[in-house]
Amino acid sequence: MSPPLDPTPVDADADVDVDTDTAPLHTLPPPFNLSALTPLTQGAEALVYTTTFLTSSTHVVLKYRPPKPYRHPTLDKRLTKARLLAEARVLVKCRREGVQVPAVLGGDWEEGWLVLEFVEGGTVRGVLDGWAEGVRIMGGEEKVWALMGRVGRAVGRLHEVGVVHGDLTTSNLMVRGPSPPEGRGGGEHMQRQAQSDPEPDILDGEIVLIDFGLATQSVHEEERAVDLYVLERAFAATHPAAEHLFKEVLRAYGESFKGAKVVLRRLEDVRLRGRKRSMLG
Amino acid sequence: MAVVRTFHLPHYEAYPVHICLFSDVTNAAFLRRQLLEANPEFDYAFLDASMILTPTHLLTATFLALHSTLTHRAKTRTPHSELVFRLHPNNNIGEAYRKFGIHDTSTHVIAVKLGLPYSGGGGEGEGGEGEGEEGGKGGEGKDGDGEGIRTSVSAASVSKHLGDHVQGTSVEISADGGNLGRWCDVGKVRKVYKLGDGKAGKGKGKRGGDVGGMDGVDGDGDERKEMESVIMGIMTIKGS
Repeated sequence: MSPPLDPTPVDADADVDVDTDTAPLHTLPPPFNLSALTPLTQGAEALVYTTTFLTSSTHVVLKYRPPKPYRHPTLDKRLTKARLLAEARVLVKCRREGVQVPAVLGGDWEEGWLVLEFVEGGTVRGVLDGWAEGVRIMGGEEKVWALMGRVGRAVGRLHEVGVVHGDLTTSNLMVRGPSPPEGRGGGEHMQRQAQSDPEPDILDGEIVLIDFGLATQSVHEEERAVDLYVLERAFAATHPAAEHLFKEVLRAYGESFKGAKVVLRRLEDVRLRGRKRSMLG
Repeated sequence: MAVVRTFHLPHYEAYPVHICLFSDVTNAAFLRRQLLEANPEFDYAFLDASMILTPTHLLTATFLALHSTLTHRAKTRTPHSELVFRLHPNNNIGEAYRKFGIHDTSTHVIAVKLGLPYSGGGGEGEGGEGEGEEGGKGGEGKDGDGEGIRTSVSAASVSKHLGDHVQGTSVEISADGGNLGRWCDVGKVRKVYKLGDGKAGKGKGKRGGDVGGMDGVDGDGDERKEMESVIMGIMTIKGS
């Protein structure tokens, strides 16, 4: 991932990074053009760039859902619009309620783009990777423990305001703070192999939830429990050593809002059957 | 002569935004009448400075207005009315003017002039991607030459015209626009965007501590920053 401030060859970059897909073929929606954008990451549905917005010193994230050529244009437009709008609405709702998420700064549903606040810092995944590799720097254990508490409370707050994330992974949890050295870590997806050497302060950072592309507004314990289950799997997948940390996440979550205990009980059921609910009755 | 600050928005650099700030304006009623009469000489967005929270607040509305105009999806008749409209959280143009526009009694006024080739409504029908495309390319061939009455908007012309007609003290806007929010009535802004009354917060189940949101903060700067980020979201998703 190239550092966003790097004025260099976005085009060359794009060719190398995202050659497998059709990315360079996408024409960007107005008013954007590639020369002002730095690719950040790419998911199944969206291309993510960094750029500036409103002032030349405001760094932001541009999330663009390009049209999918295999879908009927009318359907494609509707789906893109509905999904983007749902994402924006959820983010604004969270922001209103004081949940730490990137702010929505601009967007155009018809064209499929959304401008979001740039969150300075790294992903929890990066932090955990660094930690698991034994970079147990300065008070590591305790700080990581405290960080897990904050993760639990952040997820709790989110659920409390009636939002379910839908894709809660350690890559979609960011820690606000100084960027890890290899570049600004605003990655929305797993690609980033942050072998980070997290700076000491990052462990003290505030948790920010990102990527609400699959988020829904819901207060059902089932969906909340699935959120936690997905996060648990993500922890387990990061590193065996990270697994026990999740206990702390759950502990903090359990105390975070009224109704959290019920969710934790439901989580037990979800663990037994997996994320998908049986359709057999 | 009024002091003009010109902003260039990233991605729409081709369209300079000229902004003037006046205090102690005595002829707001006159200015407002010009708007009501749609006097083409007074094609500005005249805003009541008490409703502008931060420079970013204003620039967001400006960006959205430019964008909807240039992609031919404006909801109002002129780019400047679009700007006023974009500030408001719902889709009522008249109400937007009542809340954000100049009043007969306004004393602190912000005047915004968009450096657009004058276009009386586009006339190309609804903006699909096709037309939108052109919009981004930056004004070369588009926006009807037929109507290009006043393409020569410059900081100097704006300065002269406003200096001649606005009776008030022209206040220099700092490079970052910092003082645009100087006369903001934060309470009024909160009310329009339904942000609760601030300190108490609207959430029920809030515990102090980790709520980094707008209720927890004390410093004026932080409070505004937080409000600003919510407001930008509200303006962005309004009407859809």
